[in-house]
Amino acid sequence: MSSTPDLGQPPLPERIDQVQPDRPRPSETLLSIENVVKHFPIKRGIFFKRQIGSVQAVEGVSLEVRRGETLGVVGETGCGKSTLARCITRLHPLTSGRVVFDGVDVSRLSPRQMRPYRRRMQMIFQDPYGSLNPRRRVGSIIGDPLAIHGVAEGPERKRRVQELMEIVGLNPEHYNRFPSEFSGGQRQRIGVARALALRPSLVVCDEPVSALDVSVQAQIINLLEDLQGEFGLTYVFIAHDLAVVEHVSDRVAVMYLGKVVELADTAELFGSPRHPYTAALLSASMVADPERARSSHRVVLYGDVPSPINPPSGCRFHTRCPKAQPICSVEEPPLEVKPGDPQGHVAACHFPVQPGETLVGANPTFRGAAAGLAATSPAAGGEGAG
Amino acid sequence: MSLLSVRDLTVSFPTSDGVVRAVRGLSFDVEPGQTLGIVGETGSGKSVTALSLLGLNPGADISGSAVFEETDLLTMGQDAIRRVRGAKIAMIFQDPLSSLHPYYRVGWQISEAIRAHTRMSRDQAMRQAVELLRLVSIPQPERRVQAFPHELSGGMRQRAMIAMALALRPKLLIADEPTTALDATVQAQLMELLGGMQRELGMAMIVITHDLGLVATVADRVLVMYAGRGAENADYRTIFRSPHHPYTRGLLASIPGAAGSGGRLIPIVGQPPSLIRIPSGCAFHPRCPFAMDVCVREQPPSAPVRDGEGHWSACWLPPEAVGISPSADADRERYVKNRQGPAVSRLRDARSSRSGGDVVYT
Repeated sequence: MSSTPDLGQPPLPERIDQVQPDRPRPSETLLSIENVVKHFPIKRGIFFKRQIGSVQAVEGVSLEVRRGETLGVVGETGCGKSTLARCITRLHPLTSGRVVFDGVDVSRLSPRQMRPYRRRMQMIFQDPYGSLNPRRRVGSIIGDPLAIHGVAEGPERKRRVQELMEIVGLNPEHYNRFPSEFSGGQRQRIGVARALALRPSLVVCDEPVSALDVSVQAQIINLLEDLQGEFGLTYVFIAHDLAVVEHVSDRVAVMYLGKVVELADTAELFGSPRHPYTAALLSASMVADPERARSSHRVVLYGDVPSPINPPSGCRFHTRCPKAQPICSVEEPPLEVKPGDPQGHVAACHFPVQPGETLVGANPTFRGAAAGLAATSPAAGGEGAG
Repeated sequence: MSLLSVRDLTVSFPTSDGVVRAVRGLSFDVEPGQTLGIVGETGSGKSVTALSLLGLNPGADISGSAVFEETDLLTMGQDAIRRVRGAKIAMIFQDPLSSLHPYYRVGWQISEAIRAHTRMSRDQAMRQAVELLRLVSIPQPERRVQAFPHELSGGMRQRAMIAMALALRPKLLIADEPTTALDATVQAQLMELLGGMQRELGMAMIVITHDLGLVATVADRVLVMYAGRGAENADYRTIFRSPHHPYTRGLLASIPGAAGSGGRLIPIVGQPPSLIRIPSGCAFHPRCPFAMDVCVREQPPSAPVRDGEGHWSACWLPPEAVGISPSADADRERYVKNRQGPAVSRLRDARSSRSGGDVVYT
């Protein structure tokens, strides 16, 4: 058996370059990702596969996660939020960039060197059906991390697993059942127990409640909150449901086509979004409160998210942005603090939304607008637009 | 006069595991031009209801009545219902990729729907398909009619579905989870589009969803379903501001951002029941914080909460027990306190004996 390296506090190497040097040092950073890029190659050919392009899933993302906080990551399908989660936990190798976990760059470690860090960062997946092996018993699924890392064996492992089941609200007597004997919410609890088995510091939750029924979602959200308090966990919480993210997060990062376009404290971001995409996303989300849902001005964006294979030039949002100007298609705006915003609030936009400003959707009515706007859609060719 | 009037709809499916009682005595009305939101969790019977209305549930045992424009949809013959389906009542489904035929071009599929109900030449129908795609804001409709479904994005496919559904100017559109598979910004586009179309055509809509946010945004009336029955039925303000049924109240408390929630979420304990073994009495009683002995024994009828206000609820709590505030809950608790006898204590024992189970964690 391989001997696991000593787990003691790894030495802090060179200080991490900070994203904003003028910002006061935050209360201890647990995870810092710097300029993370992840491209997936697209290959063609039978024998000699040549690369004909790449999906630019994550394109230069830098984020810091403080110890004990919940960082929410929101964005639409294809914005790279799940890929980012997998880059953080190193389920994907990075194309470039660094992932610094507790002072150590883990992005270049060999699998064996990585092992002690794997214990400390765990993941909870979206699909409680796909992420549990249907032919294995729950006890052995939850006990897997303990076995793999040689933490506990035999009766001791069983005791620890049953304790974990108790912690997440499962009946420990169901140790020998199969996943199919559990409901969706209970399965998600199994996933949570498995993630907690090694007492990690960081848990990356990738859409942990979106596959669950409304009445069960709240159970899992409360469970995650309780566990955070109990075990001092740090969460990266990825979801597309803005209300859920607003509820659980201390800070929120908004992603669009592989980039972070805005990052701020939750109340700040939801209260005064600066990036037009954030504003549109917030206005598009339907709150379960009729007065708010009906009174709010909805910014309806035109078209779909462009393809990450060939993303738009300049600001990637300019093809759908109601405020776009010529410069937006040429020059990429940096992620920076905008005038009047507090320190931790950064946005990447040349023309940030002003407080009180009403955005006018790019597609004012559902009729007639199609022809004129076809030209702005990158997927559509230039012809036939008149 | 209601456009659609459903009375005592009951749908069950015989299976090898037992009879699945998907819908159990459901009644509701849809007025012309109005939007009815049907809310419920997985397995509450909301989709089965829609499919049964259109005769799309072969193999099911269906009883009750569903009167649409003075004819009962449930007793119609196959040919007769086919003339209604698509022309007078249209439906759009959750997943546009699996409800469009992958092998035929989009334009062909739309013109087929038109030609099934009208005497129109192929060319005319195709021209109309182009116009419809233009109407639903699909760029370059002349080219897109030639596209296969897989060549369109999710939002565009759903637009194509809408175009097809609206082709014959239906009186009633049933949208089953129309935006669930889509992103927030695309969802907003589509609901705006549907709202505009609805005003233009004066059509009524039934929007089936589990998303209370969507209901809060578009519905005039809301029907909350639980285990195949209507739990509560009222206008949207009443549902969100002064619900009567503890299930409705529970849903609102468990959703971040809903009117009733603030701070910590209050989940509903347990999970929706199996439709093969439905709990006795009120099907919600094992999960209800206000369960009384009568709830275990007897199924509550759907009764008006206040006369003449169009607010129905199927719950044994008194009519004045409405609202989402803590004081409303305190009132409910006071009321149920001396109505909880041996049946409720047995229920509590069952809950706690499954120690650590889904049921006790809140």
